[in-house]
Amino acid sequence: METQTIAPEISEIAEPSATVPTVEVSGSVALLEALIVEGVDTIFGYPGGAIMPIYDALFDYKEKLNHILVRHEQGGIHAGQGYARTSGKVGVVFATSGPGATNLVTGLADAQIDSTPLVCITGQVFAHLLGTDAFQETDVINITTPVTKWNYQVTDANEIPEVIAKAFYIARSGRPGPVLIDITKNAQIQKFEFKGYTPCNHIRSYRPKPIVRPEYIQQAAELINSAKKPFILFGQGVILGNAEQEFKAFVEKSGIPAAWTVLGAGAIPSDHPLNVGMLGMHGNYGPNVLTNDCDVLIAIGMRFDDRVTGRLDKYAKQAKVVHLDIDPAEIDKNVKSTVPVWGDCKETLPLLTALIQSNDHSAWVQKFAEYTRQEVEAVIEKELNPGTGEMTMGEVIKQLNELTKGEAVIVTDVGQHQMVACRYAQLNKTRSNVTSGGLGTMGFALPAAIGAKFGAQERTVVAVIGDGGFQMTLQEMGTIMQSGIDVKILILNNRFLGMVRQWQELFNERRYSFVDIQSPDFVMVAKGYGIDGKCISERADLQGALKEMLDHKGSYLLEVMVTKENNVFPMVPQGCSVSEIRLK
Amino acid sequence: MSDQNNKNTNDSLSSGEGRSEVKQEFNITVYTENQIGLLNRIAIIFTRRKINIDSLNTSPSEIDKIHRFNIVITEHEDVVRKLCRQIEKQVEVLKVYYHTNADVIWQELALYKVSTDVIAEQVSVERLLRENGARAVVIRKDYTVFETTGHREETDALIKILQPYGLIEFVRSARVAIIKDSEGFNAKLREFERLEPGEDVIENEYLNQGQKVFSM
Repeated sequence: METQTIAPEISEIAEPSATVPTVEVSGSVALLEALIVEGVDTIFGYPGGAIMPIYDALFDYKEKLNHILVRHEQGGIHAGQGYARTSGKVGVVFATSGPGATNLVTGLADAQIDSTPLVCITGQVFAHLLGTDAFQETDVINITTPVTKWNYQVTDANEIPEVIAKAFYIARSGRPGPVLIDITKNAQIQKFEFKGYTPCNHIRSYRPKPIVRPEYIQQAAELINSAKKPFILFGQGVILGNAEQEFKAFVEKSGIPAAWTVLGAGAIPSDHPLNVGMLGMHGNYGPNVLTNDCDVLIAIGMRFDDRVTGRLDKYAKQAKVVHLDIDPAEIDKNVKSTVPVWGDCKETLPLLTALIQSNDHSAWVQKFAEYTRQEVEAVIEKELNPGTGEMTMGEVIKQLNELTKGEAVIVTDVGQHQMVACRYAQLNKTRSNVTSGGLGTMGFALPAAIGAKFGAQERTVVAVIGDGGFQMTLQEMGTIMQSGIDVKILILNNRFLGMVRQWQELFNERRYSFVDIQSPDFVMVAKGYGIDGKCISERADLQGALKEMLDHKGSYLLEVMVTKENNVFPMVPQGCSVSEIRLK
Repeated sequence: MSDQNNKNTNDSLSSGEGRSEVKQEFNITVYTENQIGLLNRIAIIFTRRKINIDSLNTSPSEIDKIHRFNIVITEHEDVVRKLCRQIEKQVEVLKVYYHTNADVIWQELALYKVSTDVIAEQVSVERLLRENGARAVVIRKDYTVFETTGHREETDALIKILQPYGLIEFVRSARVAIIKDSEGFNAKLREFERLEPGEDVIENEYLNQGQKVFSM
C-alpha cells in the first residue's frame, strides 16, 4: 500500500481498538500521524540525509502539517521555543543527524532552563552503523542528556507510537521542558503494523505534579494572614500553569504587592495597581530594596535565580518564605522556605486564596510607590524622556508602547536592549514577553519571533534586537522571506556589545576589550531578503518610523541608532545584595 | 514505610540555617526503571557539580524490571538532599532516599590473589581465613584467590596482611547497603509493580544484521 493513499485514511485512526484493522506503515508515517493526533500544526525544521525518510513522508502531509524551512537548526529550535511560548503548545523541531542535531544544543539548553515544552526529532544513521563513526553520526543522546528533560533513541519503528506519546506527555506536563527523540534511519523506513495512536497521560516512574499537602496550604495562609509587610514574587510558573486568573484573584484578595521575574512579565497586566515592577539585577528599585524589608515573601512559580537574588547570604533574611512550585527540586534549592507549597499553582493558588483574609496593604504598597518616585527621578525620566541628545533605548520602547497599546508580543534578544524592553514594555496580556531568560542566548530573538508569530498569528509580534545579537541569526530573514510571515524587527543599534561594555566601564576601568562591533547595512541586508526597512537616528523621525513599521503589510526592519554609551540602571552589581542596588 | 526515619527527598529542610558543619558519607538509594542511558543521566548530576562518587553499584532489585542504585558520596547533608531531588526529577527514577552510615547495614566484597606457593609455605592459611572472615574461592597450583566481605577497614586489613607475601592482585566491589528502616518498602514496590507492570524492552534486531539492512 502506498503512503499517498493511506495517509488520509489512517489519520482517522485515533485510538486503537479491536474493530479497527491495523495498517502497515513506515515509522516515518507513524511519526507524522502521531504529531497530528497530538495537535501539532507547525514544524520548524531542516532536512538532511538521516532524516530524509521522514521528509519524504512529510511530502504527503503538507495540507495537515505546516513545515517551516529555517536557515539553521538553531533558528529552528528558537522558533519552536517562540511558538511554544506564545501558543502554550509544544514546539516541534526536525533536524538531521550529526551537525543538524548538534546545532540544536543551544536551543535545548535554553528551553531546559526556561522550562519551554519542545519535542525535537532528530534523524540518526542506520542502527547497524551506530558507534562506527559513520558519516554525520554523533552521539546525540549523550550530548543532549544534560540539556533535555528526557531523550530517547528509537531503533525500531514499533517503538515510535509509544515513544512519541511519552515525549509529548513529558514535554508538556509538570514543569515543561525539551524532549529529544533520535530516530535511526532504518526505523524511519521500516514498515510495521500500526494500531493507531494513543496519547500518553501516565508514566509509572514519572510524577509531573507533586501531591498538594493541605497542611502546608494552611500554614502558608496563616503566615500570609498574620503578615504586616507581605511581598509576592512571581515567575513564569504562573504562565506555564495557565494560572493567570487564579493568580490575579489571589493578589487582589490579599492586597499584596507583586513583583515579577523577567519570564513572569505579563502574567498580570503591567498597569495593575498591585504590580510593583521587575525583580533582579536590572529590575525596579522598590522591589529589590523592599525584598530585604518584607516580613513574608511569597514566591510563586519562580526559582530564585542568581540574577534575581543577588548575594544570597544577604537575601530576605528577615522574611519568612512561602514557596509555591511544581518542581520539588526548586524548593530550598537557593532560598530556604519556611513553608514549601508543592504543586501546580493552578491548583494551589485557589486553595490558598480560599483561606486568606481579604486585606488591604495600602500603606505598604505606598512604600513601593515612594521608591518608584526616586527611580523615576534618578533613572526612568532620563531614559524615557531625554528630550535632547541621542535617542535612548527606553524612549523607543515607550513610543512602541503608545503605538501598540500594550497588545503586541515583544520578543527580545539578550543584552541591554533586553533589560530595557523588559523594564519598560507595556504588556496587557499574558504570553506577550518572549525572551531568553535563564541561558541568555544572543541570537534568540529573530527566530523566536518567527515562531512566536506562528504561535499567535492574530497578534503583532515585534522582535527587539541589539546590533550584536542580530548578527548571530540574521540568516533567519531567509525563513521570513520564504514563509511570508509578518514579523516586525526593531534593531536598537548602539554600535557596541552594550551589556559587556557597560560591565567593562563599571568594573574594568573602561578597558573596552573587543566590544566595539561593526555592523553591515542592516536595511540593505533585509532588502536582499525582500524585507522592507529603514534606519533612523533622529528623534523627530521615531514615532513616524515606528508607525510605518507597525502599519506595514508584512515583515519590516527598523533600525534605530541609539546613544552609544548608555548604561542600564538600576543595577545590582554582582556580589552585592538586592538592597545595595545602584541608581547610577 | 515510615518516612520519618528514611530521608525522603520531599522532607522539608529542618529548621536551622545553612549547611551542616561537617561533610560525611551518605548512602543514596535510587530505585529506577531499567533504561539505557539512565546511569549517565544520574552520573552527570554529580559531575556537573564537581562531586566525586566514592562508590556506585547498580543491579536489578528484587522486583522485576526495577533497578536499584547505591551511590556513596561524602558531602554536607543539604547538598545531598538537593542532589537527591535532582535525581528524583529524572523521568525514569521512581524514588530516592539518602542515609548516613549509621542508618544502613553495608558491605563491600574484596578478592585477593596471591601465589599459592608463598601462601602455603609461609602463612597459616586456616588461621588467616578465620581471623579475617575470609574464604578461599579458587586454589590453583600457581595462585589462590581469597574473598572477604565487610567494611572498608576490614577489607583493607587483609591487604596489609597479604602484602608482605606478594599480593598479586586485589579488587574491591562497590558498596551495597540495606536500609535499616526499610520495612514495608519491598511490599510497596511489589504493589507498585502489580498495579503498573513494566513493559518489555524491545530488542534491537538491527544491530547484528549489518549488511542485510538497506542503506543509502
